[in-house]
Amino acid sequence: MLRLENVHAYYGLSHILHGVSLEVGDREIVSLLGRNGAGKTTTLLAIMGFLEPGPGTITYRDRRIGGLAPYRISRMGVGFVPQERGIFGNLTVEENLTVAARRGSNGAWTLKRIYELFPRLRERAAFRGSKLSGGEQQMLSIARALLLNPDLIILDEPSEGLAPLIVQEILDILLNVRAEGVAVLIVEQNLRAALRIADRHYVLSKGKVCFSGTSEQLNADETILKQHLGV
Amino acid sequence: MDLFVSQLLNGLVYGLLLFLLASGLSLIFGLMGVVNLAHGSFFMLGAFIGLSVVSYTGSFWWALVLAPIPVAIAAAAIEILLLRHLYKRDKVDMVLLTFGLSFVFTDLVEWGWGKDTFSLSEPASLEESLEFLGGYFPQYRLAIVVFGLAVALLLWLLIEKTRIGAMVRAGIDDTRTAMGIGLNVPLLLTTTFASGAALAGMAGVVAGPILGVYSGVDVEVLIPAFIVIVIGGMGSLKGAFVGSLLIGIADTFGKAYMPEASMFLIYAAMIVILLARPHGLFGQAAS
Ligand SMILES: Nc1ncnc2c1ncn2[C@@H]1O[C@H](COP(=O)(O)OP(=O)(O)OP(=O)(O)O)[C@@H](O)[C@H]1O
Ligand SMILES: [Mg+2]
Repeated sequence: MLRLENVHAYYGLSHILHGVSLEVGDREIVSLLGRNGAGKTTTLLAIMGFLEPGPGTITYRDRRIGGLAPYRISRMGVGFVPQERGIFGNLTVEENLTVAARRGSNGAWTLKRIYELFPRLRERAAFRGSKLSGGEQQMLSIARALLLNPDLIILDEPSEGLAPLIVQEILDILLNVRAEGVAVLIVEQNLRAALRIADRHYVLSKGKVCFSGTSEQLNADETILKQHLGV
Repeated sequence: MDLFVSQLLNGLVYGLLLFLLASGLSLIFGLMGVVNLAHGSFFMLGAFIGLSVVSYTGSFWWALVLAPIPVAIAAAAIEILLLRHLYKRDKVDMVLLTFGLSFVFTDLVEWGWGKDTFSLSEPASLEESLEFLGGYFPQYRLAIVVFGLAVALLLWLLIEKTRIGAMVRAGIDDTRTAMGIGLNVPLLLTTTFASGAALAGMAGVVAGPILGVYSGVDVEVLIPAFIVIVIGGMGSLKGAFVGSLLIGIADTFGKAYMPEASMFLIYAAMIVILLARPHGLFGQAAS
Protein backbone atom coordinates (compact mmCIF):
# COMPACT_ATOMS: atom_id res chain seq x y z
CA MET A 1 0.00 0.00 0.00
CA LEU A 2 2.68 2.49 1.07
CA ARG A 3 6.33 2.04 0.23
CA LEU A 4 9.35 4.24 0.94
CA GLU A 5 12.57 3.44 -0.84
CA ASN A 6 15.79 5.04 0.23
CA VAL A 7 14.09 8.31 1.16
CA HIS A 8 16.21 11.31 2.13
CA ALA A 9 14.85 14.46 3.71
CA TYR A 10 16.25 17.84 4.63
CA TYR A 11 15.28 20.86 6.65
CA GLY A 12 17.09 23.56 4.75
CA LEU A 13 20.68 22.44 4.82
CA SER A 14 20.41 19.86 7.57
CA HIS A 15 20.16 16.34 6.26
CA ILE A 16 17.71 14.48 8.52
CA LEU A 17 16.65 11.25 6.79
CA HIS A 18 19.48 9.21 5.33
CA GLY A 19 17.78 6.69 3.09
CA VAL A 20 14.72 5.39 4.92
CA SER A 21 12.98 2.38 3.41
CA LEU A 22 9.79 0.96 4.81
CA GLU A 23 6.54 -0.59 3.73
CA VAL A 24 2.98 -0.79 4.95
CA GLY A 25 0.86 -3.55 3.44
CA ASP A 26 -2.91 -3.77 3.06
CA ARG A 27 -4.71 -4.13 6.39
CA GLU A 28 -1.42 -4.01 8.22
CA ILE A 29 -0.55 -2.11 11.39
CA VAL A 30 3.04 -0.96 11.27
CA SER A 31 4.83 0.97 13.99
CA LEU A 32 7.69 3.39 13.59
CA LEU A 33 9.76 3.62 16.76
CA GLY A 34 12.83 5.51 17.88
CA ARG A 35 14.15 8.00 20.39
CA ASN A 36 13.46 11.72 20.40
CA GLY A 37 14.87 13.32 17.31
CA ALA A 38 15.36 10.03 15.46
CA GLY A 39 13.41 11.35 12.47
CA LYS A 40 10.00 9.72 12.97
CA THR A 41 7.96 12.86 12.46
CA THR A 42 10.20 13.86 9.57
CA THR A 43 9.42 10.53 7.89
CA LEU A 44 5.68 11.15 8.21
CA LEU A 45 6.00 14.72 6.97
CA ALA A 46 7.91 13.43 3.95
CA ILE A 47 5.14 10.91 3.24
CA MET A 48 2.44 13.57 3.56
CA GLY A 49 4.21 15.89 1.13
CA PHE A 50 5.09 18.60 3.63
CA LEU A 51 8.81 18.55 2.83
CA GLU A 52 10.60 19.38 -0.38
CA PRO A 53 11.03 16.01 -2.05
CA GLY A 54 14.57 14.68 -1.77
CA PRO A 55 16.25 11.62 -3.26
CA GLY A 56 14.36 8.34 -2.93
CA THR A 57 10.86 7.32 -3.92
CA ILE A 58 7.59 7.23 -2.06
CA THR A 59 4.77 5.25 -3.61
CA TYR A 60 1.20 4.92 -2.44
CA ARG A 61 -0.89 2.26 -4.17
CA ASP A 62 1.73 1.98 -6.88
CA ARG A 63 1.64 5.71 -7.60
CA ARG A 64 4.63 7.91 -6.91
CA ILE A 65 3.49 10.66 -4.58
CA GLY A 66 6.77 12.52 -4.03
CA GLY A 67 6.26 16.19 -4.90
CA LEU A 68 2.46 16.14 -4.68
CA ALA A 69 0.79 18.74 -2.47
CA PRO A 70 -0.31 17.40 0.94
CA TYR A 71 -3.99 17.87 0.19
CA ARG A 72 -3.68 15.72 -2.92
CA ILE A 73 -1.97 12.96 -1.00
CA SER A 74 -4.62 13.18 1.69
CA ARG A 75 -7.38 12.93 -0.91
CA MET A 76 -5.88 9.75 -2.32
CA GLY A 77 -7.10 8.14 0.88
CA VAL A 78 -4.60 8.96 3.59
CA GLY A 79 -5.74 10.17 7.02
CA PHE A 80 -3.19 12.10 9.05
CA VAL A 81 -3.05 12.71 12.81
CA PRO A 82 -0.18 15.12 13.41
CA GLN A 83 1.96 15.11 16.54
CA GLU A 84 0.66 18.55 17.61
CA ARG A 85 -2.88 17.28 16.94
CA GLY A 86 -3.68 20.25 14.74
CA ILE A 87 -7.08 21.06 16.17
CA PHE A 88 -8.61 24.18 14.64
CA GLY A 89 -9.22 26.41 17.65
CA ASN A 90 -11.74 28.68 15.91
CA LEU A 91 -13.88 25.81 14.67
CA THR A 92 -16.36 24.01 16.84
CA VAL A 93 -15.73 20.35 17.57
CA GLU A 94 -18.34 19.42 15.00
CA GLU A 95 -16.85 21.74 12.40
CA ASN A 96 -13.43 20.23 13.06
CA LEU A 97 -14.95 16.84 12.27
CA THR A 98 -16.88 17.82 9.17
CA VAL A 99 -14.79 20.56 7.57
CA ALA A 100 -12.78 18.11 5.47
CA ALA A 101 -14.88 14.94 5.82
CA ARG A 102 -15.00 12.76 2.72
CA ARG A 103 -16.87 9.63 1.72
CA GLY A 104 -13.65 7.89 0.75
CA SER A 105 -13.84 4.49 -0.87
CA ASN A 106 -16.73 3.14 1.18
CA GLY A 107 -17.99 5.89 3.47
CA ALA A 108 -18.04 3.57 6.46
CA TRP A 109 -17.39 6.38 8.92
CA THR A 110 -20.18 8.84 9.55
CA LEU A 111 -20.58 11.60 12.11
CA LYS A 112 -23.19 9.50 13.87
CA ARG A 113 -20.82 6.58 14.23
CA ILE A 114 -18.01 8.83 15.44
CA TYR A 115 -20.30 10.26 18.11
CA GLU A 116 -21.24 6.75 19.23
CA LEU A 117 -17.60 5.86 19.51
CA PHE A 118 -16.59 9.13 21.19
CA PRO A 119 -19.59 10.25 23.28
CA ARG A 120 -17.35 12.87 24.80
CA LEU A 121 -17.07 14.61 21.43
CA ARG A 122 -20.82 14.64 21.05
CA GLU A 123 -21.15 16.36 24.43
CA ARG A 124 -18.68 18.97 23.28
CA ALA A 125 -19.93 19.28 19.71
CA ALA A 126 -20.65 23.00 19.98
CA PHE A 127 -17.45 23.90 21.87
CA ARG A 128 -14.60 25.62 20.08
CA GLY A 129 -11.63 23.33 19.48
CA SER A 130 -9.44 25.54 21.65
CA LYS A 131 -11.60 24.73 24.69
CA LEU A 132 -10.84 21.00 24.70
CA SER A 133 -8.46 19.19 27.03
CA GLY A 134 -5.38 17.45 25.64
CA GLY A 135 -7.04 14.03 25.64
CA GLU A 136 -10.17 15.35 23.97
CA GLN A 137 -8.07 17.07 21.31
CA GLN A 138 -6.29 13.82 20.56
CA MET A 139 -9.60 11.98 20.21
CA LEU A 140 -10.88 14.75 17.98
CA SER A 141 -7.80 14.58 15.79
CA ILE A 142 -8.19 10.81 15.36
CA ALA A 143 -11.94 11.08 14.82
CA ARG A 144 -11.38 13.78 12.21
CA ALA A 145 -8.93 11.53 10.36
CA LEU A 146 -11.43 8.64 10.44
CA LEU A 147 -14.11 10.85 8.90
CA LEU A 148 -11.84 11.22 5.88
CA ASN A 149 -12.69 7.53 5.39
CA PRO A 150 -9.06 6.76 4.67
CA ASP A 151 -7.55 3.54 3.36
CA LEU A 152 -4.39 4.30 5.32
CA ILE A 153 -4.24 6.21 8.56
CA ILE A 154 -0.97 7.75 9.75
CA LEU A 155 -0.66 8.76 13.41
CA ASP A 156 2.21 10.60 15.09
CA GLU A 157 2.49 9.55 18.75
CA PRO A 158 -1.23 9.39 19.51
CA SER A 159 -0.54 8.21 23.06
CA GLU A 160 1.75 11.13 23.93
CA GLY A 161 0.68 12.76 27.19
CA LEU A 162 -2.52 10.73 27.56
CA ALA A 163 -3.75 8.78 30.57
CA PRO A 164 -3.29 4.99 30.22
CA LEU A 165 -7.01 4.39 30.03
CA ILE A 166 -7.45 6.70 27.10
CA VAL A 167 -4.43 5.15 25.41
CA GLN A 168 -6.13 1.74 25.74
CA GLU A 169 -9.26 3.14 24.21
CA ILE A 170 -7.39 4.62 21.28
CA LEU A 171 -5.48 1.42 20.61
CA ASP A 172 -8.73 -0.55 20.62
CA ILE A 173 -10.18 1.85 18.12
CA LEU A 174 -7.18 1.41 15.84
CA LEU A 175 -7.53 -2.38 16.01
CA ASN A 176 -11.16 -1.93 15.08
CA VAL A 177 -10.28 0.34 12.21
CA ARG A 178 -7.86 -2.22 10.86
CA ALA A 179 -10.46 -4.94 11.14
CA GLU A 180 -12.51 -2.86 8.72
CA GLY A 181 -9.72 -2.94 6.18
CA VAL A 182 -7.76 0.24 6.91
CA ALA A 183 -3.97 0.09 7.10
CA VAL A 184 -2.25 1.91 9.99
CA LEU A 185 1.18 3.51 10.28
CA ILE A 186 1.76 4.60 13.84
CA VAL A 187 4.72 6.47 15.30
CA GLU A 188 5.22 5.63 18.96
CA GLN A 189 7.58 6.22 21.86
CA ASN A 190 5.45 3.90 23.93
CA LEU A 191 6.92 0.48 23.14
CA ARG A 192 4.22 -1.46 24.97
CA ALA A 193 1.52 0.24 22.98
CA ALA A 194 3.34 -0.50 19.75
CA LEU A 195 3.90 -4.14 20.64
CA ARG A 196 0.26 -4.49 21.52
CA ILE A 197 -1.20 -3.43 18.24
CA ALA A 198 1.39 -3.51 15.46
CA ASP A 199 2.16 -6.49 13.23
CA ARG A 200 5.57 -5.20 12.26
CA HIS A 201 7.93 -2.53 13.54
CA TYR A 202 10.64 -0.27 12.20
CA VAL A 203 13.14 1.39 14.52
CA LEU A 204 14.72 4.62 13.39
CA SER A 205 17.98 6.02 14.64
CA LYS A 206 19.60 9.18 13.34
CA GLY A 207 17.52 9.11 10.22
CA LYS A 208 18.19 5.49 9.31
CA VAL A 209 16.20 2.31 9.83
CA CYS A 210 18.22 0.18 12.24
CA PHE A 211 15.66 -2.56 12.80
CA SER A 212 12.68 -4.00 11.04
CA GLY A 213 10.73 -7.06 12.03
CA THR A 214 7.85 -8.60 13.89
CA SER A 215 6.96 -8.06 17.54
CA GLU A 216 8.67 -11.33 18.45
CA GLN A 217 11.85 -10.35 16.70
CA LEU A 218 11.78 -6.94 18.34
CA ASN A 219 11.21 -8.42 21.78
CA ALA A 220 14.16 -10.72 21.29
CA ASP A 221 16.57 -8.04 20.12
CA GLU A 222 18.22 -6.82 23.32
CA THR A 223 20.58 -4.39 21.61
CA ILE A 224 17.87 -2.57 19.73
CA LEU A 225 15.66 -2.41 22.80
CA LYS A 226 18.49 -1.06 24.95
CA GLN A 227 20.23 1.26 22.55
CA HIS A 228 17.42 2.69 20.50
CA LEU A 229 14.33 2.34 22.60
CA GLY A 230 15.81 2.86 26.05
CA VAL A 231 14.18 -0.19 27.58
CA MET B 1 -27.27 67.77 18.96
CA ASP B 2 -27.89 68.25 15.28
CA LEU B 3 -24.21 68.21 14.45
CA PHE B 4 -23.57 65.33 16.77
CA VAL B 5 -26.12 63.05 15.11
CA SER B 6 -25.01 63.91 11.62
CA GLN B 7 -21.38 63.35 12.58
CA LEU B 8 -22.36 60.01 14.02
CA LEU B 9 -23.93 59.08 10.70
CA ASN B 10 -20.82 60.21 8.84
CA GLY B 11 -18.68 58.20 11.22
CA LEU B 12 -20.80 55.11 10.60
CA VAL B 13 -20.60 55.63 6.85
CA TYR B 14 -16.84 55.98 6.92
CA GLY B 15 -16.52 53.05 9.31
CA LEU B 16 -18.62 50.75 7.14
CA LEU B 17 -16.66 51.74 4.04
CA LEU B 18 -13.50 50.88 5.96
CA PHE B 19 -15.06 47.56 6.89
CA LEU B 20 -15.56 46.61 3.25
CA LEU B 21 -11.83 47.07 2.83
CA ALA B 22 -10.60 45.82 6.18
CA SER B 23 -12.63 42.59 6.20
CA GLY B 24 -10.84 41.29 3.10
CA LEU B 25 -7.49 42.61 4.27
CA SER B 26 -7.91 40.83 7.58
CA LEU B 27 -9.05 37.47 6.21
CA ILE B 28 -6.26 37.50 3.64
CA PHE B 29 -3.77 38.32 6.35
CA GLY B 30 -5.15 35.48 8.44
CA LEU B 31 -4.71 32.98 5.62
CA MET B 32 -1.46 34.13 4.06
CA GLY B 33 0.24 35.73 7.02
CA VAL B 34 1.03 38.86 5.05
CA VAL B 35 -0.42 42.32 4.80
CA ASN B 36 -1.52 42.90 1.24
CA LEU B 37 -0.23 46.39 0.51
CA ALA B 38 -2.00 46.29 -2.85
CA HIS B 39 -5.40 46.00 -1.17
CA GLY B 40 -5.95 49.76 -1.41
CA SER B 41 -5.17 49.45 -5.13
CA PHE B 42 -8.13 47.11 -5.56
CA PHE B 43 -10.31 49.80 -3.98
CA MET B 44 -8.88 52.42 -6.31
CA LEU B 45 -9.18 50.19 -9.37
CA GLY B 46 -12.80 49.46 -8.53
CA ALA B 47 -13.51 53.16 -8.22
CA PHE B 48 -11.97 53.99 -11.62
CA ILE B 49 -13.59 51.08 -13.41
CA GLY B 50 -16.86 52.15 -11.81
CA LEU B 51 -16.29 55.62 -13.18
CA SER B 52 -15.92 54.24 -16.70
CA VAL B 53 -18.93 51.99 -16.36
CA VAL B 54 -21.01 54.98 -15.29
CA SER B 55 -19.81 56.98 -18.25
CA TYR B 56 -20.78 54.19 -20.68
CA THR B 57 -24.01 53.05 -19.12
CA GLY B 58 -25.03 56.12 -17.17
CA SER B 59 -25.93 53.86 -14.29
CA PHE B 60 -24.34 53.76 -10.87
CA TRP B 61 -25.91 50.37 -10.25
CA TRP B 62 -24.18 48.80 -13.22
CA ALA B 63 -20.91 50.19 -11.89
CA LEU B 64 -21.57 48.67 -8.49
CA VAL B 65 -22.23 45.24 -9.99
CA LEU B 66 -19.66 45.20 -12.80
CA ALA B 67 -16.62 46.96 -11.38
CA PRO B 68 -15.74 44.26 -8.82
CA ILE B 69 -15.50 41.60 -11.56
CA PRO B 70 -12.31 42.75 -13.36
CA VAL B 71 -10.82 43.61 -9.97
CA ALA B 72 -11.42 40.05 -8.77
CA ILE B 73 -9.93 38.65 -11.97
CA ALA B 74 -6.83 40.83 -11.62
CA ALA B 75 -6.46 39.70 -8.01
CA ALA B 76 -6.85 36.02 -8.88
CA ALA B 77 -4.20 36.41 -11.57
CA ILE B 78 -1.84 38.08 -9.12
CA GLU B 79 -2.34 35.31 -6.57
CA ILE B 80 -1.89 32.49 -9.08
CA LEU B 81 0.92 33.96 -11.17
CA LEU B 82 2.95 35.82 -8.55
CA LEU B 83 2.11 35.41 -4.86
CA ARG B 84 1.72 31.64 -4.96
CA HIS B 85 5.36 31.20 -5.85
CA LEU B 86 6.48 33.08 -2.77
CA TYR B 87 4.55 31.18 -0.08
CA LYS B 88 7.54 29.09 0.86
CA ARG B 89 9.86 32.08 1.01
CA ASP B 90 10.29 34.72 3.67
CA LYS B 91 7.03 36.64 4.28
CA VAL B 92 8.89 39.88 3.61
CA ASP B 93 9.19 38.90 -0.05
CA MET B 94 5.42 38.75 -0.36
CA VAL B 95 4.90 42.07 1.38
CA LEU B 96 7.47 43.67 -0.93
CA LEU B 97 5.76 42.20 -3.96
CA THR B 98 2.39 43.66 -2.95
CA PHE B 99 4.13 46.97 -2.23
CA GLY B 100 5.60 46.95 -5.74
CA LEU B 101 2.24 46.04 -7.23
CA SER B 102 0.63 49.05 -5.58
CA PHE B 103 2.96 51.30 -7.63
CA VAL B 104 2.16 49.39 -10.78
CA PHE B 105 -1.55 49.93 -10.17
CA THR B 106 -1.05 53.64 -9.53
CA ASP B 107 0.80 53.95 -12.84
CA LEU B 108 -1.83 51.94 -14.66
CA VAL B 109 -4.61 54.10 -13.31
CA GLU B 110 -2.77 57.35 -14.15
CA TRP B 111 -2.04 56.01 -17.60
CA GLY B 112 -5.64 55.04 -18.17
CA TRP B 113 -7.56 57.85 -16.48
CA GLY B 114 -5.02 60.59 -15.75
CA LYS B 115 -4.15 62.31 -12.50
CA ASP B 116 -7.32 64.32 -11.99
CA THR B 117 -9.75 63.88 -9.19
CA PHE B 118 -13.07 62.67 -10.51
CA SER B 119 -16.31 62.50 -8.73
CA LEU B 120 -18.65 59.63 -9.16
CA SER B 121 -22.19 60.85 -8.89
CA GLU B 122 -24.51 59.08 -6.55
CA PRO B 123 -27.50 57.28 -8.04
CA ALA B 124 -30.31 59.66 -8.93
CA SER B 125 -32.77 57.73 -6.80
CA LEU B 126 -30.73 58.48 -3.68
CA GLU B 127 -29.96 62.14 -4.20
CA GLU B 128 -32.33 63.58 -1.67
CA SER B 129 -32.21 63.97 2.05
CA LEU B 130 -34.49 62.57 4.67
CA GLU B 131 -35.53 64.62 7.62
CA PHE B 132 -35.68 63.06 11.03
CA LEU B 133 -34.32 63.57 14.55
CA GLY B 134 -34.30 67.24 13.77
CA GLY B 135 -31.76 66.98 10.99
CA TYR B 136 -31.39 66.33 7.25
CA PHE B 137 -29.70 63.11 6.29
CA PRO B 138 -28.56 62.39 2.75
CA GLN B 139 -30.29 59.28 1.46
CA TYR B 140 -27.11 58.01 -0.11
CA ARG B 141 -25.29 57.97 3.22
CA LEU B 142 -28.17 56.18 4.89
CA ALA B 143 -28.13 53.66 2.05
CA ILE B 144 -24.41 53.03 2.66
CA VAL B 145 -25.14 52.26 6.29
CA VAL B 146 -27.83 49.75 5.32
CA PHE B 147 -25.66 48.24 2.60
CA GLY B 148 -22.58 48.05 4.83
CA LEU B 149 -24.49 46.37 7.64
CA ALA B 150 -26.07 43.93 5.20
CA VAL B 151 -22.67 43.01 3.76
CA ALA B 152 -21.28 42.59 7.27
CA LEU B 153 -24.14 40.28 8.20
CA LEU B 154 -23.82 38.21 5.02
CA LEU B 155 -20.07 37.93 5.46
CA TRP B 156 -20.52 36.87 9.06
CA LEU B 157 -23.03 34.19 8.04
CA LEU B 158 -20.73 33.01 5.28
CA ILE B 159 -17.66 32.76 7.48
CA GLU B 160 -19.29 31.48 10.67
CA LYS B 161 -22.15 29.33 9.43
CA THR B 162 -21.14 27.65 6.19
CA ARG B 163 -18.73 24.88 5.37
CA ILE B 164 -16.73 27.16 3.09
CA GLY B 165 -16.44 29.60 5.97
CA ALA B 166 -15.25 26.78 8.21
CA MET B 167 -12.59 25.97 5.61
CA VAL B 168 -11.42 29.58 5.63
CA ARG B 169 -11.27 29.60 9.42
CA ALA B 170 -9.43 26.28 9.41
CA GLY B 171 -6.89 27.75 7.01
CA ILE B 172 -6.51 30.80 9.24
CA ASP B 173 -6.01 28.62 12.32
CA ASP B 174 -3.53 26.19 10.83
CA THR B 175 -2.80 26.13 7.12
CA ARG B 176 -0.56 23.12 7.42
CA THR B 177 -3.04 20.83 9.12
CA ALA B 178 -5.75 22.07 6.78
CA MET B 179 -3.67 20.78 3.86
CA GLY B 180 -2.81 17.59 5.74
CA ILE B 181 -6.46 16.61 6.04
CA GLY B 182 -7.17 17.28 2.40
CA LEU B 183 -8.39 20.87 2.16
CA ASN B 184 -7.42 22.50 -1.12
CA VAL B 185 -5.67 25.43 0.53
CA PRO B 186 -4.27 26.95 -2.69
CA LEU B 187 -7.80 27.20 -4.09
CA LEU B 188 -8.99 28.64 -0.80
CA LEU B 189 -6.28 31.30 -0.96
CA THR B 190 -7.09 32.29 -4.54
CA THR B 191 -10.79 32.48 -3.78
CA THR B 192 -10.36 34.50 -0.61
CA PHE B 193 -7.84 36.84 -2.23
CA ALA B 194 -10.11 37.46 -5.21
CA SER B 195 -13.26 37.85 -3.09
CA GLY B 196 -11.51 40.27 -0.75
CA ALA B 197 -10.39 42.24 -3.79
CA ALA B 198 -13.91 42.26 -5.22
CA LEU B 199 -15.22 43.60 -1.93
CA ALA B 200 -12.52 46.29 -1.96
CA GLY B 201 -13.40 47.17 -5.55
CA MET B 202 -17.05 47.42 -4.61
CA ALA B 203 -16.09 49.66 -1.68
CA GLY B 204 -14.27 51.89 -4.18
CA VAL B 205 -17.48 52.38 -6.16
CA VAL B 206 -19.63 52.92 -3.07
CA ALA B 207 -17.13 55.42 -1.67
CA GLY B 208 -16.71 57.20 -5.02
CA PRO B 209 -19.44 59.81 -4.42
CA ILE B 210 -18.06 60.52 -0.94
CA LEU B 211 -14.27 60.30 -1.12
CA GLY B 212 -13.82 61.05 -4.82
CA VAL B 213 -11.91 59.01 -7.37
CA TYR B 214 -8.22 59.80 -7.82
CA SER B 215 -4.90 58.04 -7.97
CA GLY B 216 -3.64 58.15 -4.43
CA VAL B 217 -6.98 57.23 -2.85
CA ASP B 218 -5.48 53.74 -2.42
CA VAL B 219 -3.05 54.89 0.26
CA GLU B 220 -5.66 57.19 1.72
CA VAL B 221 -7.88 54.22 2.58
CA LEU B 222 -5.26 51.51 3.09
CA ILE B 223 -3.67 53.21 6.09
CA PRO B 224 -6.85 53.49 8.18
CA ALA B 225 -7.87 49.96 7.08
CA PHE B 226 -4.52 48.73 8.29
CA ILE B 227 -4.99 50.49 11.63
CA VAL B 228 -8.42 48.86 11.83
CA ILE B 229 -7.09 45.32 11.54
CA VAL B 230 -4.24 46.01 13.94
CA ILE B 231 -6.76 47.23 16.51
CA GLY B 232 -9.38 44.60 15.76
CA GLY B 233 -7.00 41.68 15.51
CA MET B 234 -5.57 40.23 12.31
CA GLY B 235 -7.65 37.46 10.79
CA SER B 236 -10.78 38.26 12.78
CA LEU B 237 -13.92 39.38 10.98
CA LYS B 238 -15.49 40.57 14.22
CA GLY B 239 -12.33 42.56 14.91
CA ALA B 240 -12.48 44.16 11.46
CA PHE B 241 -16.10 45.16 12.10
CA VAL B 242 -15.61 46.64 15.57
CA GLY B 243 -12.29 48.23 14.59
CA SER B 244 -13.81 49.83 11.48
CA LEU B 245 -16.66 51.41 13.39
CA LEU B 246 -14.29 52.61 16.11
CA ILE B 247 -11.89 54.21 13.67
CA GLY B 248 -14.63 55.55 11.40
CA ILE B 249 -16.41 57.26 14.25
CA ALA B 250 -13.28 58.40 16.08
CA ASP B 251 -11.80 59.87 12.91
CA THR B 252 -14.98 61.68 11.96
CA PHE B 253 -15.50 63.18 15.41
CA GLY B 254 -11.81 64.01 15.69
CA LYS B 255 -11.92 65.92 12.41
CA ALA B 256 -15.10 67.74 13.41
CA TYR B 257 -14.21 68.74 16.93
CA MET B 258 -10.42 68.92 17.03
CA PRO B 259 -9.09 68.85 13.48
CA GLU B 260 -5.44 69.39 14.48
CA ALA B 261 -5.37 66.37 16.76
CA SER B 262 -7.52 63.85 14.89
CA MET B 263 -4.70 61.72 13.46
CA PHE B 264 -2.93 61.87 16.78
CA LEU B 265 -6.05 60.57 18.52
CA ILE B 266 -6.29 57.59 16.19
CA TYR B 267 -2.69 56.59 16.70
CA ALA B 268 -2.97 57.13 20.45
CA ALA B 269 -6.03 54.87 20.53
CA MET B 270 -4.11 52.24 18.57
CA ILE B 271 -1.19 52.37 20.99
CA VAL B 272 -3.41 52.10 24.06
CA ILE B 273 -5.30 49.12 22.63
CA LEU B 274 -2.11 47.37 21.59
CA LEU B 275 -0.54 47.89 25.01
CA ALA B 276 -3.59 46.29 26.63
CA ARG B 277 -4.10 43.61 23.97
CA PRO B 278 -1.03 43.03 21.82
CA HIS B 279 -2.97 40.92 19.32
CA GLY B 280 -5.79 43.41 18.98
CA LEU B 281 -9.30 43.29 20.41
CA PHE B 282 -10.30 39.96 18.86
CA GLY B 283 -6.99 38.62 17.64
CA GLN B 284 -5.14 35.55 18.84
CA ALA B 285 -1.47 34.80 19.16
CA ALA B 286 -0.14 33.18 16.00
CA SER B 287 0.01 29.41 16.38
N1 LIG C 1 11.83 22.38 11.29
C1 LIG C 1 13.03 21.84 11.57
N2 LIG C 1 14.17 22.45 11.18
C2 LIG C 1 15.38 21.91 11.41
N3 LIG C 1 15.58 20.75 12.05
C3 LIG C 1 14.48 20.08 12.47
C4 LIG C 1 13.16 20.59 12.25
N4 LIG C 1 12.29 19.71 12.78
C5 LIG C 1 13.02 18.72 13.29
N5 LIG C 1 14.34 18.93 13.12
C6 LIG C 1 15.42 18.03 13.52
O1 LIG C 1 15.27 16.83 12.80
C7 LIG C 1 15.57 15.72 13.62
C8 LIG C 1 14.45 14.73 13.57
O2 LIG C 1 13.29 15.33 14.12
P1 LIG C 1 11.89 14.60 14.19
O3 LIG C 1 10.90 15.62 14.61
O4 LIG C 1 11.65 13.86 12.95
O5 LIG C 1 12.13 13.57 15.38
P2 LIG C 1 11.13 12.56 16.05
O6 LIG C 1 11.71 11.22 15.87
O7 LIG C 1 9.76 12.79 15.56
O8 LIG C 1 11.24 12.98 17.58
P3 LIG C 1 10.12 13.09 18.72
O9 LIG C 1 9.92 11.73 19.26
O10 LIG C 1 10.72 14.00 19.73
O11 LIG C 1 8.89 13.65 18.11
C9 LIG C 1 15.86 16.27 15.00
O12 LIG C 1 17.25 16.30 15.18
C10 LIG C 1 15.30 17.66 14.98
O13 LIG C 1 16.08 18.51 15.76
MG1 LIG D 1 8.05 13.52 16.38
